[in-house]
Amino acid sequence: MTTDAWRAAGRRPGGAGGTGAMVPAKVRLGAAMGVLVTVVAAVIVLPMVAADTDPGAVDYDTVLLPPGPGHLFGTDDGGRDVLIRVALGARVSLVVAVVCALVATVLGTLVGAVAGAAGGLVDAVAMRLVDGVNAVPHLLLGILIVALYRGSLLAVIASIALTHWTTVARIARAQVLSLRTRPYVDAAISGGASRWTVLTRHLLPAVLPQSALAATLLLPHAVWHETALSFLGLGMPPHLPSLGTMVSDSRDDVLLGAWWTIAAPAGVLVAVTLAVAGLAGWWRDRLVPRRRSELVL
Amino acid sequence: MLSATGLVAGYGKDRPVLNGVSLTLEPGRTIGVLGPSGCGKSTLIRVLALLHKPDAGQIHLDGEPVRRFRYAAPAELRRRIGVVFQHPRASVDPRHTLRRIVAAHLPAGAAPEETDRLAEQVGLTPDLLRRRPHEVSDGQLQRACLARALGSGPRYLLCDEMTAMLDASSAAALVHLIRTRRDLGVLMVSHDADLLDACCDQTLRWHELTSTPSEAVSHGRNRAPVAGMFRE
Repeated sequence: MTTDAWRAAGRRPGGAGGTGAMVPAKVRLGAAMGVLVTVVAAVIVLPMVAADTDPGAVDYDTVLLPPGPGHLFGTDDGGRDVLIRVALGARVSLVVAVVCALVATVLGTLVGAVAGAAGGLVDAVAMRLVDGVNAVPHLLLGILIVALYRGSLLAVIASIALTHWTTVARIARAQVLSLRTRPYVDAAISGGASRWTVLTRHLLPAVLPQSALAATLLLPHAVWHETALSFLGLGMPPHLPSLGTMVSDSRDDVLLGAWWTIAAPAGVLVAVTLAVAGLAGWWRDRLVPRRRSELVL
Repeated sequence: MLSATGLVAGYGKDRPVLNGVSLTLEPGRTIGVLGPSGCGKSTLIRVLALLHKPDAGQIHLDGEPVRRFRYAAPAELRRRIGVVFQHPRASVDPRHTLRRIVAAHLPAGAAPEETDRLAEQVGLTPDLLRRRPHEVSDGQLQRACLARALGSGPRYLLCDEMTAMLDASSAAALVHLIRTRRDLGVLMVSHDADLLDACCDQTLRWHELTSTPSEAVSHGRNRAPVAGMFRE
């Protein structure tokens, strides 16, 4: 991150529009970056540190130990270290969430932007496809896709990404529809620009900030969807713990008073979600030129 | 020669904004069209610039009949007609620097010096070329729009109330720039009679273009409302 970016963020009093909570933007940006760097580092380092021990091995001598010096996040009902399993679970969940959000955002943006820019029959076909996908409950459609390729990481990613691109497509189309009749698009056409040039040079760059925000919202949603699939026994395979499966598995432990088994994965999930949202807000500020200018005034 | 015969165009079949408009523009001549707000001047410019398909009528560009419009019109035809719109701020992409805006209509692979040459023609300094639209004045932005329109090497230049958003000195500077390009056929539409009289070889009143006066003019609905207020 550049020095200018820090300086610009520090001048903003708070909130995306400058009217939100009075937490300095630099502090919020630092906190978001701190959380993400910590989680990513933990996800990379902890499994390497614990490479000697089997994170899935059951030890009934250490069942449901509270957080302490030996086990910082305690142990679960199989005597397994929660910290190590959260690191492993976060790795899986982050991969699922990021890939799903990226695939859904890219697909949705392209379909929506092309439909909006082309209009006519292309627009009608694309939007009826969106309506068709939305007409079926996403979880049901996801289950159908997972059922075809059961017990695979790719199946879970496909089931979430292929059911969530429609929201982004609608946002992108609406934005393009409002932009394609602007005088600067007319000016580009007058200069000999093709439909593709107008799309890539003027329309898609204008849609990107909204798509980035949609991707941010998709990140936690993808994790929740993965949790729901896991709860139904259609999610990640058993040897791949995810934050979703950990939250699901720890329901019975909470009733026994072992709050840490659910607090650790849920806490990491919430922290990562907020951090990504904070970064997305900062990024949106940088993408909108007028706002960027206001930031450095 | 850019000529239009019996143009009928609008935004709904039942309510044409242009009703039988005919006009001829030759290279090297500057023609002004004077008409009140709402009479259809901007629609005429959009049709002549091949940006809006007319419901009826013919357009000939250098002897060739034009049958397709907007993206469907050949790029080479579109590039023969430059357009400067009324609102400079709405007619540029807010994400682009002035340098990119000025260079937008230059042929692919044009040298950066071409951009500098165009900018110099319209009086934009290198410092301004680094800025984005919200960092310059309307006058400076309209100069960039004029430079952009000239970038495609047009034979005809259509100016849609080009100076309406500008102060007198900026307007005079822009008009002077256009007057120096004697090779172009220029069509200026405006509701400012003094401006057109000062810079055009010939000034046509709106009703002179139409075989039957358009609804707005014939009903006097939008005719010189400010003058009307003074009369009262």
